Amino acid sequence: MTQHNHQDEKKPFPWHLVIFLAPALLIYITFSVYPLLDTLFLSLFNSQDGNSTFVGLQNFITLVTDDNWSHAFWNALLNNFKFFVIHMLLQNPIGLLLAILLSSPKLRLSGTYRTLIFMPTMLSVVIIGFVWQLLLSPIWGISEDFLYNIGLGQYFDAWLGKEGSALITLSFISVWQFVGIPMMLIYATLLNIPDDIVDAGTVDGANPLQTFWYIKLPLILPTIAMVSILTFVANFNAFELIYAVKGALAGPNFSTDLMGTFFYRTFFGFQLQQGSASMGAAVATLMFLIILVGVMLFLFFVQRRIQRFQF
Amino acid sequence: MKIVTGFLPSSPLNVSKSVTIHAILLAYTVIALFPIIVVIINAFKTRKAIFKDPLGLPDSESFTLAGFQEVLLRSDFGLYSWNSLVVTLLAVGLVLLLGAMAAWALTEYKFRGNFFIAFLFAMGIMIPIRLGTVSILSLMVELDLANTLTALVLVYIAQGLPLAVYILSEFVRTIPKELTEAARCDAVSEYKIFFCIILPLLKPAMATVAVFTMIPIWNDLWFPLILAPGEETRTITLGVQQFVGQYVTNWNSVLSALTLAIVPVLVLYTIFSRQLIRGLTSGAVK
Repeated sequence: MTQHNHQDEKKPFPWHLVIFLAPALLIYITFSVYPLLDTLFLSLFNSQDGNSTFVGLQNFITLVTDDNWSHAFWNALLNNFKFFVIHMLLQNPIGLLLAILLSSPKLRLSGTYRTLIFMPTMLSVVIIGFVWQLLLSPIWGISEDFLYNIGLGQYFDAWLGKEGSALITLSFISVWQFVGIPMMLIYATLLNIPDDIVDAGTVDGANPLQTFWYIKLPLILPTIAMVSILTFVANFNAFELIYAVKGALAGPNFSTDLMGTFFYRTFFGFQLQQGSASMGAAVATLMFLIILVGVMLFLFFVQRRIQRFQF
Repeated sequence: MKIVTGFLPSSPLNVSKSVTIHAILLAYTVIALFPIIVVIINAFKTRKAIFKDPLGLPDSESFTLAGFQEVLLRSDFGLYSWNSLVVTLLAVGLVLLLGAMAAWALTEYKFRGNFFIAFLFAMGIMIPIRLGTVSILSLMVELDLANTLTALVLVYIAQGLPLAVYILSEFVRTIPKELTEAARCDAVSEYKIFFCIILPLLKPAMATVAVFTMIPIWNDLWFPLILAPGEETRTITLGVQQFVGQYVTNWNSVLSALTLAIVPVLVLYTIFSRQLIRGLTSGAVK
């Protein structure tokens, strides 16, 4: 014990460690960790009328059950799940298909396809939202004429303006923009599969479909799981697209409201409703919990179960 | 195997397969680019031509720069771009420097709390900083930083650090120990080891981190809208959002504003796409 202490005293204080680590840690804690924890804490208070009082879980109970709040909250949450499910059903399968095609051996121009298909992902969601708003606008005949030309004219409608179709249309726009992400990540995993494994399968008489199903698919499952959790986090964080196309009110009649827009309105207020920091914090806390539960489920069930292959 | 690969390309089945693959990929490429191209070509056309022939290229009769003139004269696009540039460059630069220093400290030295700090940074990859907005805003007001570009830079550094620390730590681990041990034997200081030996070695990883950090910062709407909505501090994304929202019936200027926001990013992307794709495919280039 004394020997140990003696050694400790002899060692100079590791100033270099502090200098390397402190700036990053300080900024990260001050502007990310602390605000997140403070928001969770703030959600337990009522900050109306300038002074704040501790109310425990009252804000959450209000959100989930109160007539003025619960409808908007459940609506946003349900819409958010729809938004997520459409991404899972479209974005990831299309991304997978494109990745498989891109990784076909000796494909010419695969680099060019990759670069071009990834292009929309690079642009701001705000800009993409406006671009599609113009294209789908009933005033500008682009989509209408286009549909008439391919014989589907009677199906044209103001998709972004109708309660029944606005959310689905916005989901399609988002899928269109972000399909490049699953494509790239799955493509990278497919490239990493050693030829020997695939060749061994071919020699054993597996056809291309069997090669994919029994050899490649198990190897890309961890990537598909990762893409899914990234989609989940991004979807429950979505805000810009709805705000750009539909404004903070997420019209028509809140049919495109997501947790992000609901959070924004709760915090800043709109029309007759005053903004509330503590209610905003409560919404953010619920979003935090939803994302955390998603990430935990992913870590404990999906990632642990899937066999990890080392190449 | 040689016989097989030599035989396959000439077989008719394989030719039709390759044609199918190209057809699908080409079709999807058209779907991906079509909306962007339509907006850009129409930005250069007269209002009449935009509606009469939306898919046609501008010709000598329909070509006009009126929309661009209107956007550039009627709004502060130059200022907005400058703000975006300043915020993005400062934030990315500091994320790279501070992230590399932290990644080095966390991977190279063993100390108490090492695991906890690494875990704290790792959490930030998954939990969006946006959820702390309520407190971030009141913090910025208290620090007298509301409506300043500094507020944005600080938040973006905090947002970018987790991924930077993660990617750079992975990279630091691949640097051979002999390098630093030899330097220590020669009594080189820890600072010199980092700045003169490690930092230059981190360059390729830093380029990847830079691209991944830059895109969300440049494209962000949320924090500019909340922390710096003032006329003087507006970023390009916020500027476009408000301009297009305001002049939504003036098609010429709306299309021009969108083009002004799209083209620089596409040019940058074309320059950095190899770096970005290499980062995404993590060195799996065959």
